[in-house]
Order: sequence, then C-alpha cells, then structure tokens
Amino acid sequence: MTRTIKKILVLGSGALKIGEAGEFDYSGSQAIKALKEEGLKTVLINPNIATIQTSDSLADQVYFLPVTPYFVEQVIEKEQPDGILLSFGGQTALNCGVELYKQGILKKYNVMVLGTSVHTIELTEDRELFVQKLDEINVDSPRSIAASTLDDAINAADKISYPVMVRIAYALGGLGSGPCFNKQELIDKVGAALSHTDQVLIEEFLQGWKEVEYEVVRDCHDNCITVCNMENFDPLGIHTGESIVVAPSQTLTNEEYHRLREIAITTIRHLGIVGECNIQYALSPNSMEYRVIEVNARLSRSSALASKATGYPLAYVAAKLAIGQSLTQIKNVVTGCTMACFEPALDYVVVKIPRWDLKKFRNVSRKLGSGMKSVGEIMAIGRRFEEALQKGLRMLDIGVDGLESLGVDDTKLEEEIRHPSDERIFAIYQALKNGVVIDTLYDWTGVDKWFLSKLDNIVRCEQVLAQQSMDPDLIQCAKQYGFSDTTIATIVGQLPKDIREYRKQETILPVTKQIDTLAAEYPAQTNYLYNTYNGSENDVAPIHHKAIMVIGSGAYRIGSSVEFDWCCVNTVQALKRIGFQTIIVNCNPETVSTDFDESDRLYFEELTLESILSIYETEQPFGVILSVGGQVANNLAIALEEAGVNILGTSAKNIDRAENRHIFSSLLDELGVLQPEWEELRSMPDAISFSKKVGFPVLVRPSYVLSGAAMAVAMNETDLLKYLEKAADISNDFPVVISKFIMGAKEIEIDGVAKNGELVAYVISEHVENAGVHSGDATIVVPPQRMYLETIRQVKKIATCITQALNINGPFNIQFIAKNNEVKVIECNLRASRSFPFVSKVAGCNLIDIATKVMVDWPIAPFRFKPFNLDYVGVKAPQFSFTRLAGADPTLSVEMASTGEVGCLGDDFEEAFLKAMLSVGFKLPVKHVLISAGKMSEKVEFLSAAKLLLKQGTILYATEGTHQFLLENDVGSQLVSWKELLDGMSVMQLLDSKKLDLVINLPTSYQKEALTQGYSIRRRAADFGIPLITNLQLAKRFVEAMDKKDLKDLQIQSWQEYQV
Amino acid sequence: MTPFKSRYSDPLYLVLENQIAFKGDSFGARLDDAIIGEVVFNTGMVGYPESFTDPSYRGQILALTYPLIGNYGVPAHFNDELSSFYESANIHLAGLIVSEYSQYHHHWNATNCLSDLLKQQNIVGVQGIDTRALVKILREKGTMAGQITSSPKDAKWVIEPRHMVSEVSIASPKEYAVDGAKKRIALVDCGCKNTIIRSVLSRKVNILQLPWDANPLDYDVDGVLYSNGPGDPQDCQETIAHAKHVLDSNIPVFGICLGNQILASAAGARTYKLKYGHRSQNQPCLIAGSNTCCITSQNHGYAVDATSLPDGWEEWFTNLNDGSNEGIRHTTKPIMAVQFHPEAMPGPVDTGYLFDEFISLL
Repeated sequence: MTRTIKKILVLGSGALKIGEAGEFDYSGSQAIKALKEEGLKTVLINPNIATIQTSDSLADQVYFLPVTPYFVEQVIEKEQPDGILLSFGGQTALNCGVELYKQGILKKYNVMVLGTSVHTIELTEDRELFVQKLDEINVDSPRSIAASTLDDAINAADKISYPVMVRIAYALGGLGSGPCFNKQELIDKVGAALSHTDQVLIEEFLQGWKEVEYEVVRDCHDNCITVCNMENFDPLGIHTGESIVVAPSQTLTNEEYHRLREIAITTIRHLGIVGECNIQYALSPNSMEYRVIEVNARLSRSSALASKATGYPLAYVAAKLAIGQSLTQIKNVVTGCTMACFEPALDYVVVKIPRWDLKKFRNVSRKLGSGMKSVGEIMAIGRRFEEALQKGLRMLDIGVDGLESLGVDDTKLEEEIRHPSDERIFAIYQALKNGVVIDTLYDWTGVDKWFLSKLDNIVRCEQVLAQQSMDPDLIQCAKQYGFSDTTIATIVGQLPKDIREYRKQETILPVTKQIDTLAAEYPAQTNYLYNTYNGSENDVAPIHHKAIMVIGSGAYRIGSSVEFDWCCVNTVQALKRIGFQTIIVNCNPETVSTDFDESDRLYFEELTLESILSIYETEQPFGVILSVGGQVANNLAIALEEAGVNILGTSAKNIDRAENRHIFSSLLDELGVLQPEWEELRSMPDAISFSKKVGFPVLVRPSYVLSGAAMAVAMNETDLLKYLEKAADISNDFPVVISKFIMGAKEIEIDGVAKNGELVAYVISEHVENAGVHSGDATIVVPPQRMYLETIRQVKKIATCITQALNINGPFNIQFIAKNNEVKVIECNLRASRSFPFVSKVAGCNLIDIATKVMVDWPIAPFRFKPFNLDYVGVKAPQFSFTRLAGADPTLSVEMASTGEVGCLGDDFEEAFLKAMLSVGFKLPVKHVLISAGKMSEKVEFLSAAKLLLKQGTILYATEGTHQFLLENDVGSQLVSWKELLDGMSVMQLLDSKKLDLVINLPTSYQKEALTQGYSIRRRAADFGIPLITNLQLAKRFVEAMDKKDLKDLQIQSWQEYQV
Repeated sequence: MTPFKSRYSDPLYLVLENQIAFKGDSFGARLDDAIIGEVVFNTGMVGYPESFTDPSYRGQILALTYPLIGNYGVPAHFNDELSSFYESANIHLAGLIVSEYSQYHHHWNATNCLSDLLKQQNIVGVQGIDTRALVKILREKGTMAGQITSSPKDAKWVIEPRHMVSEVSIASPKEYAVDGAKKRIALVDCGCKNTIIRSVLSRKVNILQLPWDANPLDYDVDGVLYSNGPGDPQDCQETIAHAKHVLDSNIPVFGICLGNQILASAAGARTYKLKYGHRSQNQPCLIAGSNTCCITSQNHGYAVDATSLPDGWEEWFTNLNDGSNEGIRHTTKPIMAVQFHPEAMPGPVDTGYLFDEFISLL
C-alpha cells in the first residue's frame, strides 16, 4: 500500500429488496466498527435510514443519498476519501463501484479500492472471463454456450446434450429460464425468448446435483481459509436464497468436503480476492464430479448466515483485511485468546429457512426456481437436525408449530412435491405420513435421502407419541426431535401448559449452549447462546436481576424488517448506557441485533411463548421489553404476563385494549375520538346492508382468508360480493370487519413515547398518498408540509387522550385520517412502529432512547423537538420488489407490498422527495413517459401535471382514453394503442423499447384485478425495471418536484451537516 | 427403516476418572467387558472413517464434538491394502462417544453403515452423550482415563501400560515400488497412516516400510520418513536411538507428528504432554518468522518443547492459537519435521506441498 489511508468511503446497499436485504446492514455496520477501531474516519452513503449502520454512533458522516455513480462522485468530490469499500453493500454497491471505476472517477479523485480489486470483481461478474479463469487452473464450471439464433441454440444443445438448461436474462410471465429435455422443447422456449432478448445461454442441466457453498477469506499475504461450508437441502435449481440451507454440510464425506475446500482456496487465490467471498458448487450425488457455479466477490446473504452460524465475524474480519491487515494478526474475538486465521469447528447444526410472503400478492406464481422471491429468513440452531428444523419452522411465524402436513388433497401431493413451492417441506411431511417411502420422495425431489430420513424420524416420533402413553423418556425424546409443547399437547390430547408442567416435574428442560467457534476446545468469552434438549449441561450460569431481556423481530417479512432491528439495537444500547445488562432473543441471521457483541447475552432462539418463558426462567432477568420488535413480540404480551413475566412498558392489559378492535373502538367513543364507522359482520346480507348504510366504498377485513390479500376496498356492492365469495369466508366462525372507507382523505401518523400515560415525546408525519395506501407503502414526510395547523393540534390532542386512557408507558404509534379538518383514528399500536428510525433520525431525537428510559423508569430529558424549527425536510419512500415477483400486480393498496424503504433529507420537500425517489430506482431526467389513467376524475386531476411534463420537454405517450382526454385539453401526446398498428407503436412495443423513463398508470379501482390492460402495462414495466407510479398524488408530486428541481439542485449534505 | 427408539433403550455409561458419569445408548459392537482408555476428543466435522482407522488413536476412547455421526455411512474397501478411504486395516479406537449416531445413512460411495463396521471391528460406540459437556471437562481438567460400562458402579481406573507403537507398527520390512521411481525412502512405521504412503508413492518415490525399532541406516535408502503414531514419544527409545545416527548422517529426513517428536528427542530436545492435545482439522500453523499460516489436520497428545531445541535446530512452524511447536528443522542439514499431518485424511490438504519439499531434497 503506497499511501496512508485515513478516510474511507463505505457504500451501502440502499433499500431492502428481495435479494438484497438486512444482511448488508450487518456487513456494513461491522465494517464501520472494524475501521473505527483502527482510528480511521468513515463516510457512509446509504439512503436506507432504518438501518443501524446509518446511526450517529457509527460512521463519521452519513449521506442519505442514492448509491449511484452520480451521487457517489459528488460525495467523493466533497469528502476526498483515500479509499473506498465496495463489498459491504451487496450487488448495489459492487455495481456502483465497478461503474465508478470504469468511468475513471476513482482514478480522478485518487480513491483506492480497498480489498478485492475491480479487475477481480469483473472476473467474477463476467461469465466468459470467469470460465476462462477457472479453465486456467483446471477447475470445472458448467458447460455453457451463448446463442443468439435458434440454430445456434439447437447446435449448442446438441453439443452439450439434453437435457439442457436455457437461461434467459428476463423472466417474463412463463418465459423464464428453465430446462429443456428435447429439441422440440428447446425450439419452443428459445424461439419465444429470442423475440424478447438478443441472447440465451444453453447450459448443461445438473438436475438433482447437490448445491454446496463455502465462505472464503483471504488476506493480502495470501493466507486463505474457508470459514464455513453450507449445504442446500434442496438440490440445484432452487436459488440458494429460496432453499433451506444447512451448516455445516451433512451429507459430504471428508474427501468431498476437503476437495471442494481446496478448490475454493485455489480458485480464490487465482482470482486474487482480498477479503471475503462466497463460492457455490454443484456436486454430483453419484460421483466426485463437481462444477463451480459462481463466485461472489463480496459479502452476501450467505456470508451473513455463515457469520451467525459459526460466530466468525466475517464482515468485521473482511474490513480489517481490506486495509491490509493479516489474518494472523486479527484476534478471534469470540475466544479472545485465539486468532482469526482458523476454520471454525461447529458442535451443533444450523438450519436456515427462507420466509416468503407470496400470499400477499395476487397472481404471483408460488413456484420456486432460480430466481429469488423470499423476503427474509430465520436461522435455527440445534444439536440434531430434526430439532433445528422444527425450531426453524416455528421461527418463521407462519402459523405452523413445527413440521406439519400441508393439508392438500392427497391426489395433488405428488404434483405439489415435484414442482416445489414455498410449502414443499410440508407436502413432503404429508407424503411421509401417508407412507410414501424415502426412495420415492427422492425421485420426486432430488433431496438427499439423509435429509428425507430425518423428516421421516419426525413422522415416526409423532406416531409413537400418538400411540404410547406419556413417559419421561418419550417426552424427552420428542423434545430432542424438536417438538413444541403445543404439538405434543395436541398429539397426546392435553393442554400445552400441562405438558409444560409435566416437563418441569420430570426436569425435562433445555440446556443452554455457547457458540464458541472452536467446539469447546477453548473457552469462549462471549455469550452467543442457543437452547437444546440434546445436552445435559448448561454452559452459562443465570445472569440474574440487573439484566433486561429484549425480544427481537424474527424473520424479516413484508411489514416488519430492518426498522425493528434498529429499534432493538437502540434499546439495548440505551439500556447499556444506563447500566443494565442486556439479553437479546432473536432468530434472524440478517440482523445487527444478532451480532454477539451487541448485547451481554444473545439467544439465537424462537420468539415463541415456550422459548421466551424458558429463557426467562433460566436467566431470571429484571424484566422483558416486548415493544421494540414489532408485532411478533407484542402478541405474546398477555400470555407472558399470565405466566408471571415482568413486562416492562405499557401493561399487557392495555396492549390488549388497543389490539382488541371492540374494546378500542368503545374506548375511542368514550373519549369522543372519531373513527370510521365499522362493524363486525357474520353474514353476507348483514355485510351488504351495513355497507349500504355507511355508503361505499368500504374496507373489508376478513378473519379468514381463502386466497390473496387479507384486506380489500370494495367500491360497490358487486365488488363486495365478489370479494366475499371468492377471496374470503364470511360466517359465524369467520366474521368480517367492514369499515367506511373515506376517499380523498389525508393520512397522518404520530410516533411517540408516553410515560405513565403522559405524552413525553412525539413526531408527526404526513403521507403523500391519500388514505387507502398502506402506511408501509406510503411516501411519508416529516415535518408535515401540507397540513392545517388545526389538524396537527387535533392529532396531538387525540394522542394525548389515548396515551392517558391506555396509560401508555413506552413507545406507540397512532394513524389518523383527516378530511376537511376532521381527524379520525384508524389504528393504534402500543409499540415502536416501522417509522421510528425514520422520524427519530429526521427529528434528531432518538425516540427509542426515550422510550427505553421510560420503560425502566429512568429520568428523561425534556423533549425539545419542534417540527417548525427544523431547517430541512425528511421524506421516506417505499421500495418495491415486483420485478422479482413474477405475475404480481405492481400496484398500491391497503395491503402492504413494499419490501423496504429509504429516507432522504433536503432543504425542502421537493429536494428530499426527489432524492428518495432516485434512491428507490426512479431516474432523472425523465424524457419519455407513458401515461395511462383509468378514471375520469384522475385524468382531470393529473392534467396540470401533464402540462408541466410537456413544459419540461418530456415526450408523452398515452393509451387511447388518456390520449383523447389530453388532446381535448391541448396536451399533445403520442397515442399508443393496444393493437399493433402500421403507423404507430403498441403499448407493449413501447414498453419493450427500453425508451421509457417512467410509466404512470393510475388503476381504475382499489381492487386488484388480474389480466386487465392496466395490469399488463404495470406488469411489463415491473418486468423491465421501468420506474412505475400507480398513485395520483405521488405522480403529481413527482412531476411538480421535477419542475422545481433538477439533479444538480440536489444538495450533497451529510446527515450530520443537516443537524448543525 | 429401523423402528423409532426412545432414549436409553440400551443404556451404556461413560465414567471418567474423576467419577463424572454420562449416560447414553449403545451402538456398534455389544459391550462385553468394560472398556478402559484415555478419553480424548476431536473437533473435526467430517472424516470419521479416516479418523477411526488412524493408528495414532490406538487405545483411546474418542469423543467427537460434531453431534451427527454416521450420516454418509462407510465406504467399501476396508480391507484393501493402502485403501484410499481408510488409514489402516483396523479401527484403533478403544471406544467411540458421539452425541447422535445417525441410524440412516446415504452416500453413493457407502456400502455399509458405521454401526456395522464397528460391530465387525468389535468397537463399542455410545451415543446420546453431551460431548460438549464432556469436552469442557477434558479442557478444564486435562485428558483423563475413562471407562465404558453398563453399570457405572464398578468403575476402576488403572490403564494397563501398553506399548502402543509396537502394537501398530509393521512386523517386518515391506517394499512399495512404483513405476518410474528413481529414489527410495525408508519409512519408519510408528503407526503410519495409509495416506502418508500414498502421498510418497504418488510422487514416484519407492518406499521401504520399516518396523519402529529398525535402523534405517541398515538399508540403502535416499531419505528417511518418520511416521505418525500413538502415545508418548519417550516410549520409542529404540527409534530415538537410531534416529540420532540418522541425524548424524547427511541423509534427508522428514518427520510427521510422532516423527516430529522422535526427531526432536533424537536432537536432544524435550517433549511434554499437552493438557488435552490437538485433535482437529482447523489448527492454524504459522511458518515461524512469517505472516504465512496454514490450516492443518492434527492428532497428537504430546508436543516438542521448542525452547529446548539445541543449536543447529530451529522452530519451523508454531501453533497460532497456543504457541506450541508445530515443526522443527535443522539449520544446515536437510532435516525437517512437522507436528501436523500434511497428508490430511481427514482434514485440509493445504500442507501437502511439504511432501514435494522433502522429495526434492532426495
């Protein structure tokens, strides 16, 4: 290294999206920690305001700006960093870094790329170069030939021999990548594909091969180690992000394990990677043949998993290596006495299971394949595979209590298992229970028979439980196989609490084990813990009183992700500052809260009643905080309190009063607080007559959902009938809640903290979209920009009433709608909300810090934040992942669909808003726009914006009705028709042309309707990654903002500078 | 499929010298008489067929920290000469302790399950034991004797002294020849693993395998390799005595594991017993005076005291974790030895290049 590195720029990954989620908050945070330890200055660019890495305690300067070459260059120019880290912010950061390098920007400002060089990154990213490099060292990769014509493809397939895998860059409807077993299938697939893309890849099809990964670390002295290997439960063909993954590998012999390890090291050395990377293999289930599938020259989801699975802090170590340190000089922080240059030995088994939310999306294909659809994951630790797997399935929080039957018709079982969906594991279990043998299931799935035998063990344990009378050995055995008290109770016909009592009497209790990286060979200094029934001794003694347990958020899912991790971590930090010891319970490997150095004790455990009680009883802490991990923890309040747990913060009784719709509603009536009219209805005629009484549109919330989204807006009686017939059930057992849906209302939120019922801190925010868009999908502004002072006063007044009435003692969030200065409450959560990090960071006052102090009865400083004194504006914008969700209708509704968010700052709304929009994929300048508005009222309202666009020199394209309307109002647009015409472009041709910078499609109704023309436009835009707006207010504000500001007007200011 | 078995259907106990007892279930061979042996642990996550047949485990009760054992069964060719799947023709363990024995196994290369192989070899296994708890005791108190028994009351604690190396060494010299070989080395067999022999032969060098107490200088060889083996190096006084003469000659010498300790002893250095040994596949060894570190496979209970090395010798490798000696070499003569296993099997193959280095000296 020729120059001294003093200041380092770290690129983040932006908003959470499918394929790029919380794991990069973990990696970025660890990197910044590692650099700070070395006394280096750090500058972070990441618009994801809900992350821990963007906390004021980490990087010296944080820029909430898009991670794009334009903005990164501006920051480089301003900050003049010496070095840049590209490998801690996922593919976003990596791509941006490569682009900066290619454009000569890094050279221009003399910024050194630390760690793996851009040249090496390019070797791993370019398929052809990559294969060439592997060939140089005789490492096998899948044989693959690119073809741009059908003939080429046929020849290529002949050369490789059938079956072949056809890889297509775009996944359009049924046109995705997939195997072809003969020439005719190839002709059909490639023929169709080539009409949309220039090239396809014909690849050997490694059906049924095992998928194995290694995490590899190398320093600049050429020391190279593999930290963890992982084996996919599902064979090749299912994306590793979609697969159950097990660490370490279970079915590999020494020869296989170490041969692949050696190839990993040889390959990584040959490529010249410095830092951390991941190598993926296909391994034949019948021979020693293997193929290297890919190398990711950066931290990845797998590396986050490997870090948590082994206790080896990969990102921390990678950051140290990037600044030139040797693996032999870095301490193993887990043992404190050994070094980082070693390979962890595990004495437990780790199972990762993806969490999908596909049911939230109508029309989406639930089939799994080579693309990623899951939105989160959990990691379970046990000393038996069965134990870890069953724990993991419960951790998903999808309503299963372990391995259960899917409950499909037995005749559909084979089909369900052969074509994997998100529920295949349950289908396999059902088949095993039906007596389908392991060999048959292997034929259907390609899942290694050893894994299937483990599932079969669970079946057999369940059968024995059902047949034999309870005895301690049998119950102990069932616990060792991962059965919950609830499942055992169901099987033996008792209540869960009876099983619990029985276990306690018979001292059938879990033991707590440490994860120490060295399988007990050296004592561990950290308390990274899990519970198991497969053991006889606790590794740690109870922590006792002065400790507080904080319950995390579990798997990331739509509606609950990194923002709750921020809340957890900030709670723990606040507790530490005031002298408490802390215990975190969480099970999500993509988080910072599960870094073993965040808390005094980390339990990587289930967030179920049984698990939390067991930890509570062992540790006997002072109390438990449930209100910072989202809804999962909050839901346990009553049961935990009944079991005698000291819940800190608002009482369980009051939490229940807010959660129970009837009680809360009558409370509001008592307080004289308005709410939209609603009723719980148990029959179709009642539903109709209530809806007519309050007037359509109405919001419908069923208690039992047949398919699709849980909530819907019915514009009229037909809508309502259709929804209640097709999508939901209505009966005495399954009541439906219907409430008046107020059109054209503004939505307002208050995030705050109350102490013994008194409002002590709050931030009010305003939605850009009118009510009807889920708050998680809304664009939110702090402080409010377009609200009457009177409305704000009312909001505060109502909040004060509610906090008193519910005696709130801790964080809360209330959502309101306001129309004509009339404010109504639509929701109230007695816990920290999704927007806590955003409002805290914008307002410059940490609401979690205040809430934590309140909950432990610690004095708090007077609250100083005055929204009108703020010299800047913060805007939060949602990130959608529709491109990944083939078939899903990319539109906004009352059900949340976004997977992440960003928050940006600006001198005014427009600046912050544009930065936020650019951060979630919108592009400036906008030169070509397709407009298609369904309803006349929206056409009329959009007219002024269309005129502005025209004034800006934008070329407008419009579908027939919209074109006609614009024409009548003197706004010229190019007509795009549905049919292909001689003299004009069709809508689909236009969308395919890659010309469009923006699509504005305003759907006719709030109902999600499949296969309409509007749906086709939206879907195609999503498939091609064209920025899409489907909300009138958002479209108008975006056009107006573009009219006022240009890219160059967007200030390059750090968060710290805004706060001065 | 075997029927589902609840816990303790066939109980066995492991009782340690300090009277701590663990209860588990039997697998493998049936227990006839109680088994006594030194209880040691290995933290490797793969490679049980290779480990169990490593003669260095002679007489020991081995506990595995990885909790799932038997998953991929055992391969065929158990009785093949120089089998590439096993390290010798016998399982040398006195007994085996695991957390979970996987009743079901599956692998394309497996012809049998582990339990059956143990039965064939008359080795008793105990499953269902918290091996982590066991290891913590050994880590705190040091390696100790233990007994596998069906009744924990009649525990007795004397390990009869045995000369392990003579039990596992070859009885009379044996030749291995490969086509195209121009050199021949003497392999002093103190309990040699098959892969050491195969590593040399694959490099086109012939081998004369000698009993542990033979004098290599009695034969016409181009180099001498001292193998791994069980137990205390000081039990091999005959080997050490011959080695002194070998060191005095100018013949290239290489030692592995016990071989390292024998050569150090012959040079005049001391050896000592480690508290609980190194038995694992993840030991980092630093080339002395450099930043270069290799991940190595290890199985030893004794070590060389590097401070006692006489003039003319230097420490070659050190353990990055505990600083113990991992290899020595002569400063002027072609003599070198490592405490770890460059032949791997099981374990990482990072240091296989050392065979090339040795052979280049011949």
